[in-house]
Amino acid sequence: MRHLLGIEGWRRDELESLLDRAKAHLPGGADTTHVLRGKVVANLFFEDSTRTRTSFHMAAKGLGASVLNWTHTGSSVSKGETLLDTARNIEATGPAAIVMRHRSSGAPHLVAKHVKCAVINAGDGTHEHPSQALLDAFTLRQRWGALDGRTVLIVGDVRHSRVARSNLLCLRALGARVVLCGPPTLIPPGLEDMGAEVTHNLDAALPQADAVMCLRIQLERQEQSFVPSTREYARLFGLNAAREERMKADAVVMHPGPINRGVELAPAVADGPRSVILEQVSNGVAVRRAILEVCAA
Amino acid sequence: MSSTVLFRRGRVIDPRNGVDGVRDVLVRDGKVVEVSEALLPVPSSAEVVDAAGKWVLPGFIDLHVHLREPGEEGKETVLTGCRAAVAGGFTAVVAMPNTKVVNDNAMVTELVLNRARAAALCHVYPAGAITKGLKGEELAEMGELVSAGCVAITDDGRPVMNASLMRRTLQYATMFDVPVMVHEEDLTLSAGGAMHEGAVSTRLGLRGIPASAEVAMVARDLVLLEETKGRLHVAHVSCEGSVRLIREAKQRGLRVTCEVAPHHFILDDRAVGDYDTHAKMAPPLRADSDVLALREALVDGTVDAIATDHAPHGVLDKLVEFEKGINGIVGLETALGLTLELVHAGVLTANRAVELLTHGPAKAFGLPGGHLAPGAPADVTVVDPDVEWTVDAHQFLSRSRNTPFHGRKQKGRVIQTWVSGLKVFDKGQVGQSKESR
Repeated sequence: MRHLLGIEGWRRDELESLLDRAKAHLPGGADTTHVLRGKVVANLFFEDSTRTRTSFHMAAKGLGASVLNWTHTGSSVSKGETLLDTARNIEATGPAAIVMRHRSSGAPHLVAKHVKCAVINAGDGTHEHPSQALLDAFTLRQRWGALDGRTVLIVGDVRHSRVARSNLLCLRALGARVVLCGPPTLIPPGLEDMGAEVTHNLDAALPQADAVMCLRIQLERQEQSFVPSTREYARLFGLNAAREERMKADAVVMHPGPINRGVELAPAVADGPRSVILEQVSNGVAVRRAILEVCAA
Repeated sequence: MSSTVLFRRGRVIDPRNGVDGVRDVLVRDGKVVEVSEALLPVPSSAEVVDAAGKWVLPGFIDLHVHLREPGEEGKETVLTGCRAAVAGGFTAVVAMPNTKVVNDNAMVTELVLNRARAAALCHVYPAGAITKGLKGEELAEMGELVSAGCVAITDDGRPVMNASLMRRTLQYATMFDVPVMVHEEDLTLSAGGAMHEGAVSTRLGLRGIPASAEVAMVARDLVLLEETKGRLHVAHVSCEGSVRLIREAKQRGLRVTCEVAPHHFILDDRAVGDYDTHAKMAPPLRADSDVLALREALVDGTVDAIATDHAPHGVLDKLVEFEKGINGIVGLETALGLTLELVHAGVLTANRAVELLTHGPAKAFGLPGGHLAPGAPADVTVVDPDVEWTVDAHQFLSRSRNTPFHGRKQKGRVIQTWVSGLKVFDKGQVGQSKESR
């Protein structure tokens, strides 16, 4: 049993071994339907999520587990139950792992301290989203073999992005160079301490990148004046056809989804030959199977 | 019955009166009678405290304590708070008004004072609210609060965001010559923040509270102070920018004082570690550069007092998501040990450390005590500077245990506390002894 609370805390060789395992879980791979047979995986989602929840659900099913789906809507949380009460009640049903999404950073860490089963972070606040980073790294490894010496440019709302944090840690651990790009209002302090380079000039950074990962820009950020408008954001940081011209010939485009088409990504780029966005989604299931195998089997 | 106590051959550190050396201290009927380099004759019926190898200090004064009564007696009461205070060597505490009912009227002030009289352990000085209900809208009846016994006014826990109202507060308070104690936090800058904004908050993905949230308000209030010729006391200063502004304002002769809490000069934001809500407080633990700046300010006189911001909370207030965790830690029973860490590290002299716990706070608020000259109140704290011990939150006399210092090794501990010549704490036991009563 092992927790996956974040990429932080995992060594390079552990991450690599997990990604290597994920290959076996690709469609057409070995039969892994027995790995979690007779076990229960509890999906504990305190925040709406369709793709991550579905992906974990399919991963658990594919390993032969039963899945307990718990969502916050209409639950006892709205009656004032604390997070720990909820988690302990779920634990009492005997799952091998709790897959947890929560809007507060660190919530899975709190739960992990008080339950005996594995806790897998499926996204906590603005902290980490490790399974997303692993599937992104897996997708890039599929392309490149190794990540050493490659440059990944992550563009957008880094401040509020758990995807950015986990990817920064994961890609750095695997030997890549990571450049973060966005307006200063959406770049928090201290990212250099985590091994990132920071720029506010997308056009200057684009030609160096082997992969460009666009982050979803939340529409409410505009109301909070982190950016003046989505229009201006798209003008300064949107990946459009003209910018695509400046990219390396073989550079890829990524997005954790869901995409705001025409804001962070022009439709032609999102659907174009560089895009690996749907590969990311497919790989997600294989990577999450490997995560469940390592943590819960 | 008259009570006479002779503290024999202790190292007396009394910064206000320039004393630091082995002395006999004789107290009678609640007052200091004599402090002597020579051995004093033992008066008949006197209790003799053999203080050889110990420090005999003026009782500590804490300008910033939450006693939680009325309203949250499950966290602390005036009685349990006083027990924690005397266990920590404090003979006087200033009680913050953000109780539930708020101390914005004389009835609440009187209730707190009555409870303190019943506890009969240490001096309790209530602070009254600046605004009715701490809402930041209308001034509370400051004159009534002061006549009922409030020694300061503050909306502690909340800033007075309305600058015009703050200006009037400082003006109006000049009639009563009480300090206006301020919690400096621009709520538009701190909104939604759970810890200091910096590399640690970025790594943890927690929304940060920038230092500017405090510094900008300190700047504003110093501008208002200069204009109103009022008296300002900045509570729990946490960052470099604030001490720089306060230092400069003092040099220009403004009537500003300030305090620093032990957690802010001992810990930095890395103490949040793995989302430890015991490291969650307002203002938040800052960067290591801020900690160094606070230490400098303790040394150079910018800081007037060490104050604990003793903030008791229940287990359930902390056993939640970090963002939901309630701010604050208990501090009365760990303050001396943490202050002595700076002495052992050579940052503070013993004399300066004692000044920050005694005469400094007394002077800032114009309170009695804080020194041991003949005629002063016989509020005395006896410290064993060499004893090594480990903080054990389960042993706290406070009703709450929320501290990030559980398990921390300390050197130096309070062994006796005397208030008005009566022994209220002795070797871990609280209560007035029958002999001295």
